Amino acid sequence: MKKSTKYVCSLAVAVIAVALLFALDANKTGAGMLISILQKSAILAVVAVSMNLLNGFTGLFSLGQAGFMSIGAYITAILTIPVKNLDGVYYMSGIAPWLRALKEGMEASPSWLQAIYPFLAMIVGALVAAGFAALIGIPVLRLKSDYLAIATLGFSEIIRAIFSSPQMDQITNGSYGLNKVPTFPSVFGLPSLFTPFIVAAVSIALLVLLINSTYGRAFKAIREDEIAAEAMGINLFRHKEWSFVISSFFTAIAGGLLAMFMRSIEAKTFSITLTYDILLIVVIGGLGSVTGSVLSAFIVTASKEWWLRFFDQPLIIGGWQVPLFRTGFRMVIFSLLLMIVVLFYRQGLMGNKEFTWDGLARFFRKLGKKPAQAKGGAEG
Amino acid sequence: MLKISDLYVAYGGIEAVKGISLEVPDGAIVTLIGANGAGKSTTLRTICGLVKPKSGSISYLGEEITNVPTEQLVKKGITLVPEGRRVFPDLTVEENLKIGAYLRSGEDLTEDFKWIYDLFPRLKERSWQPAGTLSGGEQQMLAVGRALMGHPKLMMMDEPSLGLAPLVVQGIFDIIKEVHKQGVTILLIEQNANMALRIADYGYVLETGVITMDNTGAALLSNEEVRAAYLGKKRK
Repeated sequence: MKKSTKYVCSLAVAVIAVALLFALDANKTGAGMLISILQKSAILAVVAVSMNLLNGFTGLFSLGQAGFMSIGAYITAILTIPVKNLDGVYYMSGIAPWLRALKEGMEASPSWLQAIYPFLAMIVGALVAAGFAALIGIPVLRLKSDYLAIATLGFSEIIRAIFSSPQMDQITNGSYGLNKVPTFPSVFGLPSLFTPFIVAAVSIALLVLLINSTYGRAFKAIREDEIAAEAMGINLFRHKEWSFVISSFFTAIAGGLLAMFMRSIEAKTFSITLTYDILLIVVIGGLGSVTGSVLSAFIVTASKEWWLRFFDQPLIIGGWQVPLFRTGFRMVIFSLLLMIVVLFYRQGLMGNKEFTWDGLARFFRKLGKKPAQAKGGAEG
Repeated sequence: MLKISDLYVAYGGIEAVKGISLEVPDGAIVTLIGANGAGKSTTLRTICGLVKPKSGSISYLGEEITNVPTEQLVKKGITLVPEGRRVFPDLTVEENLKIGAYLRSGEDLTEDFKWIYDLFPRLKERSWQPAGTLSGGEQQMLAVGRALMGHPKLMMMDEPSLGLAPLVVQGIFDIIKEVHKQGVTILLIEQNANMALRIADYGYVLETGVITMDNTGAALLSNEEVRAAYLGKKRK
């Protein structure tokens, strides 16, 4: 395929995506479901890609995503809840005086500053998460595979327990969670509907740049063979630490987006099942493929929240009610699909390859050829 | 160039290397031969900083390098071609070579690629292939090429002939000679004593952590004891 054709294709996809978003914005009430699924997919895509940076590209099996997301989400929420809503939110134990003072100070600042506060809040959350990652990385990254997974999982649960503990009542509102979080702010004067997509696109673009840099290549070398990588002069610990910190940073950015998306958060949201959901997306998309993670974030979210919904409704065919079709059955089907993927299609959608237009063209050519007994020609 | 004196290395309570001293002069091929468990690999790993010695000293170009981290050693020009080749299987040949030049990132690598591909035309043919799909001999070429990308002054090779067919082994030793001609000093560890001693300027025989013999390659090759122990010749 010619280079210019590829550019045209990519441009066309981008234009269609933007046009679709404008169309959705014009028809907010009718397309509410679709909008929220797309937004959630974009947010999960960021987490999936940053988890992939760690698990797929650096070969560190970490399960701490929910913990880092909760740091980002809580900090973003606390910093963005408007002062006038504070008493309603912290109705049980009240808000800590210093926090109230800080927030009143924030609201007294000039309006241009206030416009970027939500983004600053997200970045602060992400920086705090990255700081935590750097700290716990020092002991934890010396561990290998399963042990690393257990240690990071433990960290994530500790964070959750701290956020919901009564001692934190005046800051995180303990087990009552936070609500009245303002929705997405708008950027560049575009409708606020666009924001999660823009933040997600920027985050993923930065991650892709990192993966394709010399650093990214060193990450892959560590994944492939630690001893050889070390013999090449790659400092194992420093690279693992960077990978962990950067991954946590973007995970927390996504956490902030999630807080704005859900409008209310509680510690329970960030339990191990959230990490598990993201792991699913990464595995289905293919470990070591950014495009795979993004595609599968959209596909998995859409099927979980939408396409497979009909399994939850009772189904009657010719007066006979099909058994099993009731609330919760969707999850059974989903788990079955997952087992099928793991058993028969272990590489996921994309394996460790990236999506290319050439790849797509080849795929369709192969589909067309198949009935006519395709020749096994080598491709160069 | 490299000088080891009175080196002791222990894994827990077990001493793998018991006070060895050896010297690698600039521009030479020096080989260390010995059976399994003699402490050959341990010695190499200690030089590279992958294992900490119990006592003794290692110096390189007159500089003490006993507890210097691996990364620094690579910068100083000491490179290890690890045992069992250890190429990065899912990365392409070209990416493997780029990682070899990791510490020189930012520099223009066009010349280096040309150099390596001239040395190993086979790698050029396969530059886009994942390294895991190469044959054993080609992987060994890649491992050597990857090490050369870092512009080493001293290249240490850990059993490059391991698991390769005799014909391929011959090819690997030709490569070692070629690399040596390019001005790289080589410390070679081998079980294939016959081949190693044939190309070596100097050889050391290591037995259970102690150096039992050292002499020029040719002299060791004709030594009765060495022939009996490592070359399968019967004592007369």
